[in-house]
Parts: sequence; structure tokens; C-alpha cells
Amino acid sequence: MMAAGMGSVAVVECAEPAERELDAESADWLRRLSACDGVRRQESEGELHARLLRIALAEVSRRSGSTPVTGPELTDVAHQAADDAMLAILAKLAGFRGESRFMTWAYRFVILEVSSKLGRHYWRNAPVTLDAEQWDQLPDRLGIDPEQHAESAAVLAEVRRVVDDELTVHQRRVFVAIVVDGIPLDALAARLGLQRNAIYKVIFDARRKIRRALVAKGHLDDPGLEQR
Amino acid sequence: MSESERLDRFLRTDPRDVGCDEAMAVLHIYVDLTVTGGDAAERYPGVAAHLLACGPCSEDFTGLLTAVAGG
Repeated sequence: MMAAGMGSVAVVECAEPAERELDAESADWLRRLSACDGVRRQESEGELHARLLRIALAEVSRRSGSTPVTGPELTDVAHQAADDAMLAILAKLAGFRGESRFMTWAYRFVILEVSSKLGRHYWRNAPVTLDAEQWDQLPDRLGIDPEQHAESAAVLAEVRRVVDDELTVHQRRVFVAIVVDGIPLDALAARLGLQRNAIYKVIFDARRKIRRALVAKGHLDDPGLEQR
Repeated sequence: MSESERLDRFLRTDPRDVGCDEAMAVLHIYVDLTVTGGDAAERYPGVAAHLLACGPCSEDFTGLLTAVAGG
């Protein structure tokens, strides 16, 4: 864990930041974190780390209802997220272009670290196993009730048919994990060693494929926006 | 919302959707625009479309917005 005031943990360019159109606070942060005065720079790093940790702790608390990670492990996730965000920020400081305020840019790193780490920690106490295939949950996941409408039962049957017959093995596995079993996307990405975007793309394509099938069978209206 | 509408909303894909990588790359800009009253969705329609469809990225957006709002 990185303590406030601890020495620099990443190689930071000791140089005056280039002239940019920055707001005063952002310019001040950039100047302090790039200072040639090692003591001043370390103080600024400690201050930034304290802020990152506060944001990380608040974020894991905000997400506590939607993750099986609890207690000290959740606090540990926050500390790890703050530490890793700090390293990333210092490594990419020269790349800050002032497109947003500095602190918004910096907080983005810690929020994304929290997401990623909660995804990895999910499996330590996962409420569902990978490939559980809880098909009885599908009506709830899709928000439909086959016992109320005969049409709904036909829709569910068609969704199941497309998933089994028309999706690739990889698409099927991802769709079942995310949509049928309710595994968080980041958790599945961590488990399969894939990026979030790769999983999202699979789900995107599966949704489109299922929708087209439902339209073809008359269960839904014209594809409209989905054409790509 | 009817069952059919809920299902359609879940399955409908938006061709403007830029995906997670592009959306997260500009998340800080999008959030600052949102906080300062700028029209983030108009400037980044592909990001707006993505945040409507992607739960994890939407959660990150909310998290960053909350962090920035709280200082």
C-alpha cells in the first residue's frame, strides 16, 4: 500500500509542464506533481493519493450492494485501486492534455480500477458458478412472464432456440453467463482474460441476432435502428 | 412499459454505440461536460448511446460523476 508522503513510486519527468490552456487548479496540480523539488513533489503525490483513496473508498461503498465482495476485502480493493491509479496517473502525467479538469482525469483512473478489481474479486465469493445455465431465471432477466401470456412463452422459446442454434460457442457462453446467469460483465471479463469491450461486443452481436430472429417470427416490430 | 417494449429495449442495438473502449477513453471529458452544463450527449452521441446500453460503463459514469460532484 502506498502511504501519503512516501517517495515517488514512478519515474516522473522533472520539468516545467508545457504551456496549455488549463484551469488554475489543474495547472497547479500539474506543476506540483512535476516539480523538480523532490520534497514538494512527494507532498503533492501524498495529497493526490489521499484523495484517490477517499474516492475509492466511497466508490466501493456505493457499489457494495451489487457485489459479493464485502468487509475488509472491499476496503482492500479500495486501497489497491488507489495505489494502482496513482501509479498510472504518474506514468501518464505527461499525456494529460487538459481536455478535462485534472482531478476529473485523475479520478477516472481510480473509478476504472475499482470496476476492474471488483470484477476480479467477484470469483472469491461468487454467488453463481460459471456455466451454471440458470435458464429458469431468463424470464426475470428479460422482464417477461410466460405464465401470464402465451406469446411470452413463445418468445422465450425462440430466444432459447437462437442461443442454442445460432450463436457461436463463445457467443453462447458469454450470453448465458451475462444474461441468463447474471454474472457481472467485468467479472466474466476477468475470468475469461478478456477486455470489457470484447465481452460487450459479443453481447451486442448476440442481442442483434436474437432481435432479428424475433422480428422474423413476428414477435417484435421492424429492426429500425439496429441495422449496422 | 409492456413486456414487448422491455424486451425490445434490451435487444435493440444502436449503430452509434462506440463500445466500452472509446467511451471510457473520453469519460472524464464527458463527465466534465455534464457537470458544467455542456451538452455531452450532443458532442459525443456515440458515448451517450453506449452509456444507455452498457451497465458497467454506465456505472463508471455514475461513479465518476459522483466523485467529481463530491470533490
